[in-house]
Amino acid sequence: MKFGVMISEGPYTHQASDTAYNFVKAALDGGHEVPRVFFYHDGVNVGTRLSVPPQDERNIQKQWTELAAEHDVDLVICIAAAQRRGMLDENEAGRQGKDAHNIADGFRISGLGQLIEMGIQTDRLMTFGD
Amino acid sequence: MEENVKKFLYVNRKAPYGTIYALESLEVVLIGAAFDQDVSLAFLDDGVFQLVKGQDTKGIGVKNFSPTFRALGDYEVTKLYVEKESLEERGLTADDLQDIMYEDEDDDWAEKPSVKIVSRSEMADVMSGQDVVLSF
Amino acid sequence: MSTLHTVNKSPFATPALQSCLNHAKDGDAILMIEDGVYGAATGTGIADAVAAKSAAVKIVVLGPDLAARGIDAGRMIDGISSVDYAGFVDLATQHDVTQAWL
Repeated sequence: MKFGVMISEGPYTHQASDTAYNFVKAALDGGHEVPRVFFYHDGVNVGTRLSVPPQDERNIQKQWTELAAEHDVDLVICIAAAQRRGMLDENEAGRQGKDAHNIADGFRISGLGQLIEMGIQTDRLMTFGD
Repeated sequence: MEENVKKFLYVNRKAPYGTIYALESLEVVLIGAAFDQDVSLAFLDDGVFQLVKGQDTKGIGVKNFSPTFRALGDYEVTKLYVEKESLEERGLTADDLQDIMYEDEDDDWAEKPSVKIVSRSEMADVMSGQDVVLSF
Repeated sequence: MSTLHTVNKSPFATPALQSCLNHAKDGDAILMIEDGVYGAATGTGIADAVAAKSAAVKIVVLGPDLAARGIDAGRMIDGISSVDYAGFVDLATQHDVTQAWL
């Protein structure tokens, strides 16, 4: 099966991104494909490169970056939701005249069309939110 | 219908303004319209509040996005299912909802209502016939 | 066509579980995850509704979420079984669509 995953809440405050991560790992271990994970609403905050969680806690962003690299998962952050919440990649920061960019490795910013496309191209679309 | 057209259902169960889910869900619908899929919207539980007419947001300083629902017809999104029991539980009737119309190109562009008030069990049937369900 | 419904909030916090029970059709499955696992406990105000629905709808909890919350799997409503994440993936595979009740 090809699974598409939508994550609709931010890291740590809600369990959504953790549940999604555990689900995706299990799906990959089970021989399924997870071509894309789409981050929407506060979920865009999962992709910050600036988080410094306590040493004895999981690093949610790092987990996704590593998983994506190992299994070629496309981590897409919705541009509209990202702009509202101050998540900018280098290009966007330049275009918007901001002096910093904060997207972590392995994540890319793109449009809502990527979510619809994910729904069309996968067999199952899973939503993790609140 | 061409191949690869899927039935997409957008499920709305939350009130507007207290959280962003209603607005950002609508943004997905508008972008999604370009993909020519078979789109339906479901409004149940507190989601029915999103369609109430007369929203005036000046006092809270946020944008009133409710007029956007009236543009859905232009995007060929014409199936807005609203659950009757959810309305009744909240002391609402169909009259409390804004008029959302579309022009039916198969019927000489006659103006028809996009909102379909359905019973709980009809809503369950709507939900069960979909290929992709997005919840916000 | 059947649906896997997921419920992630406690039934004492939001009406999501009740709404899910009201809309799930025979042959569907309901998986309680995260705080939703509290819906599987016996002796609560919603337990009868859950038990009644379990005749026609398979009701399952995500075991790791139960354990995290210190809920004894032995205190679950009769007929509810527990799965791990691999089981969650299997359920999503077996049913045609997954619908999240947020």
